[in-house]
Amino acid sequence: MNASVTEDLGTSSVTEFDVRDPDRSTQVKGFEGTIGENTLDNPKISTRNVNISYGEKQAIFDASLDIGRNEVIAMIGPSGCGKSTYLRALNRMNDTIVGCRVTGDLTIDGEPIYAHNMDPVLLRARVGMVFQKPNPFPKSIYDNIAYGPRIHGLTRTNAELDEVVVTSLQRAGLFEEVKDRLDAPGTGLSGGQQQRLCIARTIAVSPEVILMDEPCSALDPIATAIIEELIDELRANYTIVIVTHSMQQAARVSQRTAYFHLGKLIEVGETNQIFTNPRHELTENYITGKFG
Amino acid sequence: MNNTEIVKQSLKRRYAREKRFQLYGRCAVLVGFVFLALLLTDIVVKALPAFSVTEIRLDVDVSREALELPVEGRLDRDAIIAVNFGGVIKKSLREAFPDVTKRKQKRELYRLVSSGAEFALQAMLVNNPDLIGDQPLRIWFKADDDVDTLYKLDTRTSRISDLQLGIIEQLRASDSIRTVFNTTLFTASDSREPEQAGIRGALLGSFWTLLVTLIVSLPVGIAAAIYLEEFAPKNRITDFIEININNLAAVPSIVFGLLGLAVFINFFGMPRSAPLVGGLVLALMTLPTIIISSRAAIKSVPPSIKEAALGVGASHMQVVFHHTLPLAMPGILTGSIIGMAQALGETAPLLMIGMVAFIVDVPGGIFDSATVLPVQIYLWSDSPERAFTALTAATILVLLGFLVVMNAIAIYLRRRFERRW
Amino acid sequence: MQTTTLVIVIAGLSLISYYTGRTRAQAYRLDGRLLALPNQYGYLTAMWSALPAIILLLAWLAFEPGYLNDQVIANLPAAAQQLPTEELALLVNNVLLAVGNGGLSPDPVIEDAAAAYLAAREQSRMLVTGLILLLCLSGIIFSLTRYLTRLHARKRVETVIRWFLMLCSGVAIVTTVGIVLSVLFEAIRFFESVPILDFMFGTTWSPQTAIRADQVGSSGSFGAIPLFAGTMLISLIAMTIAVPVGLLTAIYLAEYASPRFRSAAKPTLEILAGIPTVVYGFFAALTVAPFIRDLGTSLGLSVASESALAAGIVMGVMIIPFVSSLSDDVITAVPQAMRDGSLALGATQSETIKQVIIPAALPGIVGGVLLAASRAIGETMIVVMAAGLAARLTANPLDAVTTVTVQIVTLLTGDQEFDSPKTLAAFALGLMLFVSTLLLNVVALHIVRKYREQYE
Repeated sequence: MNASVTEDLGTSSVTEFDVRDPDRSTQVKGFEGTIGENTLDNPKISTRNVNISYGEKQAIFDASLDIGRNEVIAMIGPSGCGKSTYLRALNRMNDTIVGCRVTGDLTIDGEPIYAHNMDPVLLRARVGMVFQKPNPFPKSIYDNIAYGPRIHGLTRTNAELDEVVVTSLQRAGLFEEVKDRLDAPGTGLSGGQQQRLCIARTIAVSPEVILMDEPCSALDPIATAIIEELIDELRANYTIVIVTHSMQQAARVSQRTAYFHLGKLIEVGETNQIFTNPRHELTENYITGKFG
Repeated sequence: MNNTEIVKQSLKRRYAREKRFQLYGRCAVLVGFVFLALLLTDIVVKALPAFSVTEIRLDVDVSREALELPVEGRLDRDAIIAVNFGGVIKKSLREAFPDVTKRKQKRELYRLVSSGAEFALQAMLVNNPDLIGDQPLRIWFKADDDVDTLYKLDTRTSRISDLQLGIIEQLRASDSIRTVFNTTLFTASDSREPEQAGIRGALLGSFWTLLVTLIVSLPVGIAAAIYLEEFAPKNRITDFIEININNLAAVPSIVFGLLGLAVFINFFGMPRSAPLVGGLVLALMTLPTIIISSRAAIKSVPPSIKEAALGVGASHMQVVFHHTLPLAMPGILTGSIIGMAQALGETAPLLMIGMVAFIVDVPGGIFDSATVLPVQIYLWSDSPERAFTALTAATILVLLGFLVVMNAIAIYLRRRFERRW
Repeated sequence: MQTTTLVIVIAGLSLISYYTGRTRAQAYRLDGRLLALPNQYGYLTAMWSALPAIILLLAWLAFEPGYLNDQVIANLPAAAQQLPTEELALLVNNVLLAVGNGGLSPDPVIEDAAAAYLAAREQSRMLVTGLILLLCLSGIIFSLTRYLTRLHARKRVETVIRWFLMLCSGVAIVTTVGIVLSVLFEAIRFFESVPILDFMFGTTWSPQTAIRADQVGSSGSFGAIPLFAGTMLISLIAMTIAVPVGLLTAIYLAEYASPRFRSAAKPTLEILAGIPTVVYGFFAALTVAPFIRDLGTSLGLSVASESALAAGIVMGVMIIPFVSSLSDDVITAVPQAMRDGSLALGATQSETIKQVIIPAALPGIVGGVLLAASRAIGETMIVVMAAGLAARLTANPLDAVTTVTVQIVTLLTGDQEFDSPKTLAAFALGLMLFVSTLLLNVVALHIVRKYREQYE
């Protein structure tokens, strides 16, 4: 299956992407295919030979990677390496960007993600996403969580909805802090709380996979620690793909790590192995802080 | 049933809603387009008849006897001016249609030709006294507006009698009636008779009014923008000025008219109906537009340029006048042209200060009584004669033409000088 | 001297002043140290010459007509001065006409007054010319003194320019104050003859006052409620059209349309905003109103030929681009993160728009709608041309109603004295109009400003 999808939803929204000069990105020294165990048996999500480009600029070159069930996999790499782009391809959030083109085989539970019969709405209900900057809706805390279940019609009664809201908040570890002010606006919370609210909002739809795009980059260390703990707990029920800027974070929360460099997937492996014994020179340079 | 199934089931309904919502959006855009198209087509269709005018050919006896001029000797100007040309034209009408004998019928006959015909004949003979002689002249005279409407549009107004209808048929048969391009529209001023009415007076009135507006609002607007953007301290007064400017931009235009009436005319005793007062009122109205757009233009000049100039020892004032202002000028001019275009189309405040009078003379300066294009439109649209409707629509086209040109210049300036820093 | 001549004289003398100042500074620079460039000294002396003269000239232009009027009245025979205000004004007007005629008039009283007027004018002109010459020359003389070269010319010039700039920005305040004072004073005079409560809450509007004292039945009643109701009715019709259409247009163009369609459609719709209101009035009165009347008649309804509906519909269309461009601004200001957040949860685009973007943009949209409403209330030409004159208290959009602005125009156009309650009533209506639109604008601008700050 080799489905290629171009922009079809007709939005005019434009997002800035930090894609570096494509000429340079083709010249990754000493790159001859991904090193490490990039394929798995019975993966949750499988991607093969993925190429992503924005108009003329290619952001991802020929990446193949499997994501296992109930694992936390971290994507690391210098800024502009394409890790966020790759992440957004997994639930077709790239559809909203004009001129973005994704080719290659991407499947979830064996179903092709970019097939015409794969509905993006359904896909995104299964593959949720948490963004870099907390983006609670300008609604009450309750309505923020209830938004997903409501639009999808997941609950039939108000009591059911209340239960979903409470469970989601509990799972996100936010319930105790906000239980007295569910009617207060979500935008009034602190940054860390807002991000947990966004995670709770994602959980409320009961997705199978949660994508996290540098979820802690806008937070202070204490809030970061709480979220990292949360990610570890969530692993029991969800598959989590996390893009991160911080190698320490990748080391703390993930089981496997993938290293991207200038649009190429350089190396994949057990997190321990990547950080203690990187096989590729570029990975080693990055880990040891020669660039970043 | 798991969530995936529930979502799947809801999809059809949700996509239908999505489609419907998009359709509403399309319809809304369409409503705007359709209305614009209707409006423009309606005006163009209504305006077309005004660009042509019906003329009737008459053989006029211009011998000295017929004109009751001295048979011998040189003819002086005043003598020709004093000739009863109305009578001359009536006579030639009677001669052309000898069957018409009754008084009432004769009057109907005379009404076929525009009441301005005698002045046309007068002007013709005064300027060319050599034409006076035994050789009769074949002259095309403007027809009366009811005849004009009948001939051009095939619409019979209530003032056309059966007799007149018959005569027009005879004229048609003898090729003595025709339509030509209506130059009067651009050369004459207001008149009670549609076929003699033109927009020259209103055009010049608009010109003088806008001149005053420009002279007052441009320097003041730019100066205010410079002060607010570059020099004003951040304090209550500056905030108050800002709020004031934004509010003034939204004050109904008619209120500015009341201001003009009370302050300029009644307090300062300036002349009523004059472009001076109209221009001042419009200047006050345009100021907020000019100030707001000038400030935006000044703000868009990058600080690096100002800092560079300050760095070589220029004073703040010098930086503003040597660097900021020239770089901001295209933006300022664009905003000003758009402001002027608004002023050109403004009507209500000018009604307040008496620019609605019926004025036949072409204004020669800013102190003369005058009217402007939009007010002329308002005045004519109220007139009962059908022909005035066409004139009104034609005037609207002229006005819209000016607006298009002004906006085109503004767009050109913006494209030509737009800088990306 | 004529005003234009005076302006030329001032310009010429200032130029001379500039050159003398500059030359003197240049000469001084040869043997001394100057604080600024010679040019700046030229500017300084030129300003010294021109500014006081220009200020004097403007003041004279502003106050001369009033002064001359007083002179004429003072020179009239005592009997004429006792006349009631209106007749006196008429007499003065006749005098002015005579002056325009070169001072000739069949009436000896008027001729005398005209002569006095001419003499007074001659006198005041002589005086002003002399003063202006004096002021200009003082600049030149100043430029020749030693004192000049000790000044820091550039700083002085810049201070003057700065003051000028500041005064210009003050024009906005002066205008507002002027509006308030002019409508307020006349309105107060109106309320002296008609109690304010009768005006605000009266339900009968027939401003025909008696021409002769013994006339009966037309004492004039100034109850403005029917006008407010008419204004509300027409504005309401306009808003019912403009708000949904404008909002949906903005949503479609901002969220759905391709960039190409958007870049073509936006300016096209903006043409609607650039068309003068008098053109809409023409269209409403001559095309839409007859169409609606005929349509109504064919449906068996009785529709007034100047129905509120026709004026309201056309006004609504006029406001569409206003609503849509304001809404477009606020919708595009909603951060992309909101859209992403909603889409990532599996919402469709319309769900995102209806449940996230519109609520987020709501304050801005409300502000825009209020501004549009203020525009509808203050719109004049469409209603003057397409709405009726008779004040009627009705909620039926097929009836003819009249509005505040229509009545202001009707009361103030046509021939009447300035001081009659009829004309003063126009100012009272103007006051109401100004106050209500001002309130709407202040609230709306405040909301919009707060909204912008929220996402900045």
